Amino acid sequence: MTTGLGLFWFFGPFIVLLFVIGLYCIFATYNLVKALIGLEILIKAVTLLIIVAGCISGRLALAQTMVITLIVIEVVIMVVAIGIVLGIRGHTGSLDARELRSVKG
Amino acid sequence: MSIDIISLIALTAAALWTVMTRSLLRSGIGLALTSALLAVVIFRLNAAYAAVFELSVCSGLISVLFISTISLTHPLTRAETLEHMKTRLKRFWYLPVIVVLVAVAFCIARLKFSVELPKAVAAEDARFILWNLRRLDVIGQVIILLAGAFGVALLFKKRD
Repeated sequence: MTTGLGLFWFFGPFIVLLFVIGLYCIFATYNLVKALIGLEILIKAVTLLIIVAGCISGRLALAQTMVITLIVIEVVIMVVAIGIVLGIRGHTGSLDARELRSVKG
Repeated sequence: MSIDIISLIALTAAALWTVMTRSLLRSGIGLALTSALLAVVIFRLNAAYAAVFELSVCSGLISVLFISTISLTHPLTRAETLEHMKTRLKRFWYLPVIVVLVAVAFCIARLKFSVELPKAVAAEDARFILWNLRRLDVIGQVIILLAGAFGVALLFKKRD
């Protein structure tokens, strides 16, 4: 158990850092492609967290299958989101999220 | 163990470079680098299948998607980018402060980093779990993939 907790404290700060970097990217940018890149970095932090959790609990095989599912869903989300971003660019002529303020109700 | 620390530091540095760089193309390349380094970290944790998926799909396919998208769009001018970076620094000055405070709190708590990577459990096989125990999830993944494909087809459908 000590080994498992040691593993968590070793990877934990890096996972938190990755998560903060991804959140910062989403909050700070107005560019829609950059926001998607931030979302990708957030998902990377979650992927690493699931694998570390699998190592700690001794169910690494189950964690790997969860990560495979996560990657499949990530790809679908990214493909659809990029399609939407390209559609917005075709409509407004830019990738700036501020151009979408007129959509607000 | 030193390889793990170096990989993790490189992973964080690559993610930071991805976010902070001005060019969108460099961001896309940085994301591919981040995925590749994450695959190394995952492989070191004895999760070979997840590492292969991460390397091939995230570092390959998604990076190609991003770089294709970036090549289809016009980049910001240098002046616009510098102006945006200035306002960004003004708005989010407190985020690095929070990270440093949390790191100091971790140091004060004197956490022990006695790391010894556990070996993979021989009784469990990822292939067995994926194709037998989580069969319903695999069907769900196929449905999600189809939903994504139909969604993209609908988005790029030509309007008459």
